[in-house]
Amino acid sequence: MVDPSGNAPKPPRSRFRLKLKTYIFIALMVVLNPISNILLKKGMDQVGPMVSWAPSRVVQFFVHAFSVGAIWLAIACLLGFFVSYLLVLSWADYTFVQPSAALSNGLTAVLALLILHEFISPVRWLGIACICGGVFFVGRTHPQAGMQL
Amino acid sequence: MIVTGVIFYLFILLSGTGGEMCVSRAMKSIGEVTDFRPRSIARAIGRAMKVPWMWIGIALMALGFFSLMGLLSMANVSFVYPASALSYVVGAIGGKFFLGETVSKERWAGVLLVTLGVLLVVVGRG
Repeated sequence: MVDPSGNAPKPPRSRFRLKLKTYIFIALMVVLNPISNILLKKGMDQVGPMVSWAPSRVVQFFVHAFSVGAIWLAIACLLGFFVSYLLVLSWADYTFVQPSAALSNGLTAVLALLILHEFISPVRWLGIACICGGVFFVGRTHPQAGMQL
Repeated sequence: MIVTGVIFYLFILLSGTGGEMCVSRAMKSIGEVTDFRPRSIARAIGRAMKVPWMWIGIALMALGFFSLMGLLSMANVSFVYPASALSYVVGAIGGKFFLGETVSKERWAGVLLVTLGVLLVVVGRG
């Protein structure tokens, strides 16, 4: 029997392993993306705003930015995020990965509360709840097309 | 000014999301990665780099990123980011028609809830 996507159905154990590694890589994406955002923010706060578009000032600005450790940590996190994204897309549906990765929006808000001590309004909490609800719905479907749980 | 803004916005939605779908297509074409040792991962990504869809995807994602920078130079962040939440809907439509994925009602419900949630998170930033 072949499912609508043309894939042969997988045995339960291999389906479980596929789901497990999908969740692990999406979790990596969800964690690494907000951490890189926070590190970039902290790094760019140290660099300060770009005051001129003159080529020499632009070069100076980027040289300064790349001398900040937090920027390199942010780039490392972004690289980890992108590699996880590429790997998970090699087996899971794009329409599964894209909305699931939106959990990072919620985590960014929570990290901003915990690390940057930013205020989270009730509307944002409602938004985070909607994202979690949406990811719950998406997560109930199988990561590969046509294979409902 | 408004026309330029609308063009940038369409590029963010279509080019950025289209780029992600092309990258997805490239990764699907190399097959499921099952070995996660660094050398094997590098080899898999190297194989993906030989697929034209990968380069088309990277170019489109770059275009989407530059359009985002362009739109941010003329519009408020509080407008740009909520508006770009529509990319989840565009992604679901593109996934269905361009990648041929099966998008069940449950997945659609999830996509719409995520879109609403991202909108609220960005709008609620105040």
